Amino acid sequence: MYQYTDFDRDFLAERNAQFRAQVERRIDGSLTEDEFKPLRLMNGLYLQLHAYMLRVAIPYGTLNGEQMDVLADIADKWDKGYGHFTTRQNIQYNWPKLRDVPDMLDALGEVGMHAIQTSGNTIRNVTADHFAGAARDEIEDPRPTAELLRQWSTDHPEFQFLPRKFKIAVTGSPNDRAVIKAHDIGLRIVERDGETGYEVVIGGGLGRTPMIGKVLRDFLPKADLLPYCEAIVSVYNVLGRRDNKYKARIKITVHENGIDTIREMVEQRFSELRPLFRGVDQKMLKAIEAQFAPPVFQSGSVAAFMDAYHADPVFRSWADTNLTAHKNEDYSIVSISIKKHGQTPGDAASEQMRVMAQLAREFAHNELRISHEQNVILPHVHKSNLPAIHARLKAAGLATANIGKISDIIACPGMDYCALATARSIPVAQQIATRFDELKLEHDIGDLKIKISGCINACGHHHVGHIGILGLDRAGVENYQITLGGDHTETAAIGERAGPGFAYDEIVPAVERLVYAYLDLRTDAEERFIDTYRRLGMAPFKAELYPEVKANAA
Amino acid sequence: MSKPFTPKVVTANALLEGDVVYLAADDRWTRELSEAEILEDEAHAALRLLDGASEASVVVGAYLADVALKDGIPHPTHFREEFRTRGPSNYAHGKQEQI
Repeated sequence: MYQYTDFDRDFLAERNAQFRAQVERRIDGSLTEDEFKPLRLMNGLYLQLHAYMLRVAIPYGTLNGEQMDVLADIADKWDKGYGHFTTRQNIQYNWPKLRDVPDMLDALGEVGMHAIQTSGNTIRNVTADHFAGAARDEIEDPRPTAELLRQWSTDHPEFQFLPRKFKIAVTGSPNDRAVIKAHDIGLRIVERDGETGYEVVIGGGLGRTPMIGKVLRDFLPKADLLPYCEAIVSVYNVLGRRDNKYKARIKITVHENGIDTIREMVEQRFSELRPLFRGVDQKMLKAIEAQFAPPVFQSGSVAAFMDAYHADPVFRSWADTNLTAHKNEDYSIVSISIKKHGQTPGDAASEQMRVMAQLAREFAHNELRISHEQNVILPHVHKSNLPAIHARLKAAGLATANIGKISDIIACPGMDYCALATARSIPVAQQIATRFDELKLEHDIGDLKIKISGCINACGHHHVGHIGILGLDRAGVENYQITLGGDHTETAAIGERAGPGFAYDEIVPAVERLVYAYLDLRTDAEERFIDTYRRLGMAPFKAELYPEVKANAA
Repeated sequence: MSKPFTPKVVTANALLEGDVVYLAADDRWTRELSEAEILEDEAHAALRLLDGASEASVVVGAYLADVALKDGIPHPTHFREEFRTRGPSNYAHGKQEQI
């Protein structure tokens, strides 16, 4: 893991001191809200529906036990004893007081964490595959690249006032678990003739105008990363629209100008910038890479795992659902579901955070990850430790065996917290999870991605859900639109809208009809919901969603 | 023709706490919608909004929110404003903690 240098620590301390002074000046009236707002946003502080909200970055989703403990301490000391993990590998505190925020930031700084550029029209938290460094399909760990980008983009003087926010994601695997095609820049580490480099994708994004990213360069040599990214962002900075907030993201810039024009301009700018990077960045990358060296994997018998697997059906179900193949045969990647049926997706109580931190220290080389799907991961676990981990998770309400299943729902905070939301998301997610748990159908249904957003900005990734749900305000009433066929992976696709929306009390029954239709239509249990949808298209699902239309047509 | 003016209150978020507040007739900021000044005259409402917005060291983002009167007591007409009187639906946090 990356260890902060003295430079990093000093920078953070100075930045926090600046923000502390800005807060004081706002409180004593020297700064107006219009002056203060961009300053607080650059430090991750929003004013939401019921309170302030502090968004803290967990760069590329990686943290250690001590950092997780501090997240728990902050939740207890300055918030209401929990935190909310987001779809961009951040944690949000929903109830801080303005005066306390500088102290919260100092506490984060003590363990090398911050809230810088988690908001505002800047380059945001750089995200990565949550299985980085552990995944069996990985070409190379994407986190050194992400850390280099974090350092380059933090306080980058040219990019503090971009036309709009700017999000970068990196994956080191052909299987995309970082939704790179829905980012402003998506980087995929690829191999060509024995050399690793990047496939560079730009102009993806969800929101009101969803777009799948387009390939700008199919192979960028590793050493060209920073000058090339700087060229992209600088072209966007000049060309991106500032006249209309809704047309300001790079996806619109690419759409309006065409990928070929953008490519020409980027290459032109790149040719100017390339000579200015004299290799210091590559030296830094080498130093960063050394800090991400894999842990020393333990060897030993995995018999304890096999015994528990055969003896305990609850453990077996959890192992079948929540474990992923590790690059080391004797190891597993453990996904901890923080989506127990009926709970708020992505919320973890401070006590749960401490349990996970302690498990990481005892059994998992002191590493934790946060996934964009709002779960927590222990990336390196020797299989012999799995039964003990499962028992401890169970005691903490963290052993739900639902990863990738219908109740593993992404949901944005929605109108329960967010000032931008047009409808609630959380209770819809809670009700869907509870309903299918009651029906005992979850494991029969198999892999299914439901993603819910409480407004058109799509923080809940509804466009790329197999079933996407978008909450809107229709004439003063909550209304939920369904999209089908979205895909967040390397075969990314935007879902298609099924038809008119559903009222708050109709949306869960509508999802239930969709799922029953799928169970009837699938060829066998191996065919996932998304496969059935791709094979048959919208029509049979639409007929189930809108039976009255079917009846009228008959 | 413009729509007839409907009753409103001035609402905002408190600068320090961030929570929802309403402007009372005696210029206090109250946490209770029931204590808010009901504005039934358009010109007076515009003035009171200016009064509220001028208190930049106390509140943030003052605006006029619609209310409906039942027995003289204001109730939100939109679900967003209803949530603001209460708090989130997943935990009993926010104003509903006091109830």
